[in-house]
Amino acid sequence: MSGAALQASAPARETMRGGRSALTRSRVRAAWIFIAPTLIVLALIAGWPLARTIWFSFTDASLNNLGDYEFIGFENYVANFDGEWFGLLTDPDWWRSAWNTVWFTLVSVSIETVLGIVVALILNAAFPGRGLMRAIILIPWAIPTIVSAKMWNWMLHDQFGVINDMLLRLGLIAAPITWTASPDTALWTVVMVDVWKTTPFMALLILAALQMLPGDIYEAAKVDGVHPVKVFFRVTLPLIKPALIVAVIFRALDALRVFDLIYVLTANSRDTMSMSVYARQQLVDFQEVGLGSAASTLIFLIIALLVVVTLVAGQVRMSGEAR
Amino acid sequence: MADVVLKNVRKSFGRVHVIHGVDLAIEDGEFIVFVGPSGCGKSTLLRLIAGLEDITSGDLFIGGERVNDLAPAKRGIAMVFQSYALYPHMNVYDNMAFGLEMAKSSKAQIDAKVRKAARMLQIEALLDRKPRQLSGGQRQRVAIGRAIVRDPKVFLFDEPLSNLDAALRVQTRIEIAKLHTDTRATMIYVTHDQVEAMTLADRIVVLNAGRIEQVGTPLELYHRPANLFVAGFIGSPQMNFIPCTVARTGKDGVQAQLPDGGTVTVPVSSEGVRAGEAVTLGIRPDHVQLKGQGVLTGRIELVEELGENHLLYVNMGRERHLTVREPGDARHEAGQEVGLSLDGGFCHLFRESGEALPPLPGSRGPAPTSPDLNSTAA
Repeated sequence: MSGAALQASAPARETMRGGRSALTRSRVRAAWIFIAPTLIVLALIAGWPLARTIWFSFTDASLNNLGDYEFIGFENYVANFDGEWFGLLTDPDWWRSAWNTVWFTLVSVSIETVLGIVVALILNAAFPGRGLMRAIILIPWAIPTIVSAKMWNWMLHDQFGVINDMLLRLGLIAAPITWTASPDTALWTVVMVDVWKTTPFMALLILAALQMLPGDIYEAAKVDGVHPVKVFFRVTLPLIKPALIVAVIFRALDALRVFDLIYVLTANSRDTMSMSVYARQQLVDFQEVGLGSAASTLIFLIIALLVVVTLVAGQVRMSGEAR
Repeated sequence: MADVVLKNVRKSFGRVHVIHGVDLAIEDGEFIVFVGPSGCGKSTLLRLIAGLEDITSGDLFIGGERVNDLAPAKRGIAMVFQSYALYPHMNVYDNMAFGLEMAKSSKAQIDAKVRKAARMLQIEALLDRKPRQLSGGQRQRVAIGRAIVRDPKVFLFDEPLSNLDAALRVQTRIEIAKLHTDTRATMIYVTHDQVEAMTLADRIVVLNAGRIEQVGTPLELYHRPANLFVAGFIGSPQMNFIPCTVARTGKDGVQAQLPDGGTVTVPVSSEGVRAGEAVTLGIRPDHVQLKGQGVLTGRIELVEELGENHLLYVNMGRERHLTVREPGDARHEAGQEVGLSLDGGFCHLFRESGEALPPLPGSRGPAPTSPDLNSTAA
């Protein structure tokens, strides 16, 4: 009996190689052919610049002569000459910009998430003119950042800006505020403009999640007499959480490498300088390609680390929910 | 426990009128089934009672109290949805307990209620599971459990068995009937399935296009349909309808002239009926008899064997068809010519308005009477 079974399986085994049938192998081959163009393009436009940046971060390259450089190891990051420490990791400006970036990310993404939920809930309700509202709310997101930043720059101008003018007329302030120049208000101003611009994006992602929710459970909650606020925290929020996490990751990654908004609003001000602005300053203004590359490499590492942490945490949570 | 009374209840969505003035009194502890074709307004009527839709005009009383303006939760009702409507992220226990947390019950009270309902529905072993880990039948039990723990005065069921397979449907149907026997709560049940309606209901409400066609016990509806719609809707296969004219009226009923010349005397009241008037004769497939020499003749087009009985589809020419149900295995084949006789005692007559002529006293009822009024002229 078992002998016959063995004999019967022998020809079947011949068609297999390495545990794969001919069909599986041809499918794997087709899969590689289909993804090869993407891999090649990615390697060219993402892999190569990244590798080059990392390489430059270990050299003393300068922008006025990119061909002539030497390998200097970790000296761009940290080095000790005659008992004194040099390098990126010892530069208070770098740490300042790193802190600015983290603070900006935490504050702006938090505000955008809360406002995004509020706006999405409003847009999800049925009211006349909802379609128009949904289109209008997207306008800030549709305007290029350079344009909206420039626009806000003018509106916030300490002498000619419409915002100071309005606040003065209303009697809320006694003297014009130098919104983007004063250390007290600069970073908050940047956060405010970012919230204005990016809340529609959050609202749109959350609205999509809200529209996926089944309507019948809300009727069940109504029959059960559950208070709407409790329904939101106990039913809606848990159900849109996966989409919310994705939206927050998207926004956080964007915020961590923020550049254009801050650069246009406040140029190279130390009070608002983000890591990307710092890297640009080293690279372009100071011609320090090595140091700038080191800063860029660190930004890359920080963001990559955060992505990995978030993804792992998200997966753990998802698998924990499945069983 | 409570009775439910609807007085001239209407519902419009914008300019579309969905419910056209429904009057209905549902007694305390009664099992009422709303039945009708899709779009007849039966679900809307249930949602009006639940408070999920606002009543446009008319009054709704539950337990003697006018509840038009009360929120669903304050009407003392519980609802079981067709799609179950379970909270997907909560386990079975929390699904049942969630509504109770609002009612300011203590943890111990909630726990006792949930466990009692779970025991009743035999889902104790599933309390820690999420809805997606349950089968359709188990989900439906949880949905019913969620209704039970609220200890409602009135249970509302919106096509609760539609998403279940045939075997499970029968089983759950029996459980719902048992639940009614155990709780003696008023139950209102919406379905498009007349088997569910017939088996579960104390009384059936047949709805059509937003109006009540007839209210009655299952057998009343079966034996004494008030009109053509109810006659055609209740009973499967459908009642046969034959256009006729009134040949003669008398004390023994109305004699109807069949299209092929034969006559059948049907023991119904002839009040207001004139000779020559067009009427429709209705007879259920079970009551058509095969005879060599009948009032009707036709050719068998199709035979359907169902085991315990069989169906013959007879073509009588001129696009007219008749369904016959006979017990046991078929003794006929497609293509055979057959004669059919109609027992007047089992026939219904409908006027052109669709209204049924009322049967003479003692002529027809839940138990088939002897066919002494049968006069099949050939």
